[in-house]
Amino acid sequence: MSWETVIGLEIHAQLATRSKIFSGASTAFGAEPNTQACAVDLGLPGVLPVVNAGVVNMAVRFGLATDAHITKRSQFARKNYFYPDLPKGYQISQMALPIVGEGAVTVSLPDGTEKKINITRAHLEEDAGKSVHDLFDDCTGVDLNRAGTPLLEIVSEPDMRSAVEAVAYARQIHALVRYIDICDGNMQEGSFRCDANVSVRPSGQTELGTRAEIKNLNSFRFLERAILYEVDRQIDLLESGQSVVQETRLYDSDKDETRSMRSKEEANDYRYFPDPDLPPLVIDNAFIDSVKAEMPELPQLRRARFINDYKLSSTDASALMGDKATAEYFEAVLEGQTFPAKLAANWIIGELSGRLNKENCTIENASVQAPRLGQLLARIDDGTISGKIGKQVFDDMWGTDASADDIIEQKGLKQITDSSAIEAMIDDVIAANPSQVAEYQGGKEKLLSFFVGAVMKASKGKANPGQLNQILRDKLKNA
Amino acid sequence: MYEKTLAEQSRMLANGECSSTELTKHYLDRIARLDTDLNSLVSVDADSALQGAEDADRKRKSSAPSNAEMPLLGVPMVHKDIFCVAGGRTTCGSRMLEHFNAPYSATVVNKLNDAGMVMLGKANMDEFAMGSSNENSYFGAVKNPWKRDCVPGGSSGGSAALVAARLAPVATGTDTGGSIRQPAAFCGLTGIKPTYGRVSRYGMIAFASSLDQAGPLATTAEDCAMVLQAMAGFDERDSTSSNEPVPNYMADLDKPINGLKIGVPEEYFSAGLDDGVATQVRAALAEFEKLGAKLKSISLPNQSMCIPAYYVVAPAEASSNLSRFDGVRFGYRCEDPVDLDDLYTRSRGEGFGAEVKRRILIGTYALSAGYYDAYYLQALKVRRLISDDFDAAFKEVDVIAGPTTPTPAFQTGAKTDDPIAMYLNDLYTVSANLCGLPAISMSCGEVDDLPVGLQLTGKHFDEARLLHAAHSYQQTTDWHRRMPAGIE
Repeated sequence: MSWETVIGLEIHAQLATRSKIFSGASTAFGAEPNTQACAVDLGLPGVLPVVNAGVVNMAVRFGLATDAHITKRSQFARKNYFYPDLPKGYQISQMALPIVGEGAVTVSLPDGTEKKINITRAHLEEDAGKSVHDLFDDCTGVDLNRAGTPLLEIVSEPDMRSAVEAVAYARQIHALVRYIDICDGNMQEGSFRCDANVSVRPSGQTELGTRAEIKNLNSFRFLERAILYEVDRQIDLLESGQSVVQETRLYDSDKDETRSMRSKEEANDYRYFPDPDLPPLVIDNAFIDSVKAEMPELPQLRRARFINDYKLSSTDASALMGDKATAEYFEAVLEGQTFPAKLAANWIIGELSGRLNKENCTIENASVQAPRLGQLLARIDDGTISGKIGKQVFDDMWGTDASADDIIEQKGLKQITDSSAIEAMIDDVIAANPSQVAEYQGGKEKLLSFFVGAVMKASKGKANPGQLNQILRDKLKNA
Repeated sequence: MYEKTLAEQSRMLANGECSSTELTKHYLDRIARLDTDLNSLVSVDADSALQGAEDADRKRKSSAPSNAEMPLLGVPMVHKDIFCVAGGRTTCGSRMLEHFNAPYSATVVNKLNDAGMVMLGKANMDEFAMGSSNENSYFGAVKNPWKRDCVPGGSSGGSAALVAARLAPVATGTDTGGSIRQPAAFCGLTGIKPTYGRVSRYGMIAFASSLDQAGPLATTAEDCAMVLQAMAGFDERDSTSSNEPVPNYMADLDKPINGLKIGVPEEYFSAGLDDGVATQVRAALAEFEKLGAKLKSISLPNQSMCIPAYYVVAPAEASSNLSRFDGVRFGYRCEDPVDLDDLYTRSRGEGFGAEVKRRILIGTYALSAGYYDAYYLQALKVRRLISDDFDAAFKEVDVIAGPTTPTPAFQTGAKTDDPIAMYLNDLYTVSANLCGLPAISMSCGEVDDLPVGLQLTGKHFDEARLLHAAHSYQQTTDWHRRMPAGIE
């Protein structure tokens, strides 16, 4: 029997506010335990939550970016359960009326096709604290620095049919939340985590199979591995006549397997009800318009514009879309310049990103910023230097403040365009290599590159390649 | 000095007839002498009270604020022990918080501090404000000064008993289903529960967040007006507090109430109401007519559903609000827990009293999967219907009048084994909380030497009218001036 995989994702994106969702305490990562938890985060008696206006703005931004319904009157609800790292004994979340309703994103898959993934909802909630089990011998420690950190939980429809699609969707949401500046996307620090709902069903069946929820996947690789493992596990169960149990599972990356955490029977009854401490969250059109006005250009629109306006290939446009800073760097390189956009794209995708990788550096911190790269590319475009010399100049610019022109001037790298100088060098090379000239004239035209290389070497790379080629061909023919 | 009202003491302080230190010492002496029997206060901090009094006296000398500017400067008071006060303990009447020291003060505490009031101590109360008799306090029952074998009402029973015994001119209370008005009625006082959102709930330990509201208990409507003036107002730390401007509650107090339209719901005078109470309330309504008010018979058809709705909504919210008392971060923790479940079970089992546990269980049940629609959601719908009744009534009348409680104060222990009988005490008071309306109780007679309360319920943010009506009544009657025997 052939099986179809069905996957839905719940993504928790930590919203990039400085203070918590319901208190003024800092959200900075890595502080000493319990130093960033105020009376509200500690759930002391009598204190009350007040919504951080920043999170409302960010949630609306996400809604606009996914073409979603924005709920004009959403509501916070309490999710009740006991756990030591949940100070109030309930988590403030949203249940019946989430701030962002149905939306969708179009995901580019590795095979070049696209797929629309529907988003059920996105709601605001507070994070819990952290239980520390390995610090003390006989008890568990609680760190409440995380408690009250704002999260946007993004729930997809079960629209994905493979681990590859799930990862592509998760990557797309990851890029999107960073693009619209609502989440730093740092997966190691837990700013972006996925829960995967996975089920399988016989191909052709419309009814969904029983699902397992795999919790807290904090890398795309783990997401993919966990789904692959889980799909195999479920198919094995079904093919051996057993059934899948609805349950919550954990992925163990060391063993590369999922294991049961709690079954449906053991699941909490969360007793959701509207939080009486927080009146309904009312959003009007004027607010939505103001958020719209401050939104950055969305990746899909920008990509289309790059292809249309700059005549970039789809592959180049996608590569520049990887993150917002790269796309902005690209446009900044073109600022005030007349060279073709393709030249900038090639340099950013090739030379610059290679260098950034080598230096383990982000584009924001690149030593050569966009205007300086623009000046360099202008010199290549106007023939002052060749592309190859350009790479040498680029290397010299890295780590210094020197402009491309300074380096070209200082190092005498200006391209040789004086025909008589090039001719003299060619004559020397032809004279020094009579046997190769004979072979070339005998029809072995591949030897042209040998001559080009030799002349280039003689010119220390500065000969204009076009001129060199032209003159060389003529001279070889008539030698 | 204790026979004087707060307003009178305020004028004496302003005129230099007495100092805050004298007044404070006077009350501290009375507390030391009389409260061993009443048990109305759970803590008294004489040193900090005298320090506060000295500060007030110094301020009066140095900057000489007019009485209009700081009418409460140097006036002693007591906070119900549900309001967090930084630097001291706040118990909420519970073993759970026996040793709890909040690192912050409630907004109400800060506001009355800023107004210059001097806190004498913290008042006893039913545990977590759950109760109608003040028999549910971990720190012992409070006696009614009028009859020591009767209850003072609850949950602000300590506040009511101490003001009735003139151990302070005013005390704060909180009212979730009648917890200011019912004890005010039982102890012969005036107490007002303001509109929901009028007074900040920040730093006030929550019982049922959508119903809780703080207010003053004093001997007169004028005293209540003066203190409410200082308590009320928007607070950015309470998202449910209102930014509706606070009017001057004193401005119209002395105007006549000619033409005031008083609605009298027929449902308030049906089965369950004590005959003696009914007679006194009718007499009070007749007095209002003499003052120029117009009585109109009205109907609140869903009155009978108030108690059932209230006893679903309030416990539901409480079950969640009280989850934070888990023995992990603060409050009572059981000895030597063997594991997490044991820590939770015994800390909560030993830290909470019987009534609190009963309500947590009721509320948890009402919110559980499969019961939510039948109980909680249904109660919300009923709450809406009750609100509609009041909205309709207020199209025809300005205020709605009736008894505050079905009976006067009952004997200690009489209802402790019958929670339903106890809950029926709230028959006339819970609707104001369910609808968020302001309501005031004032003393309007006596039955068997026990005070009887008249309740006036008003439109949203119409506290001024309630205070005005009560004040007018108190100008021609003297029930509010009567004092229990044996408090000299």
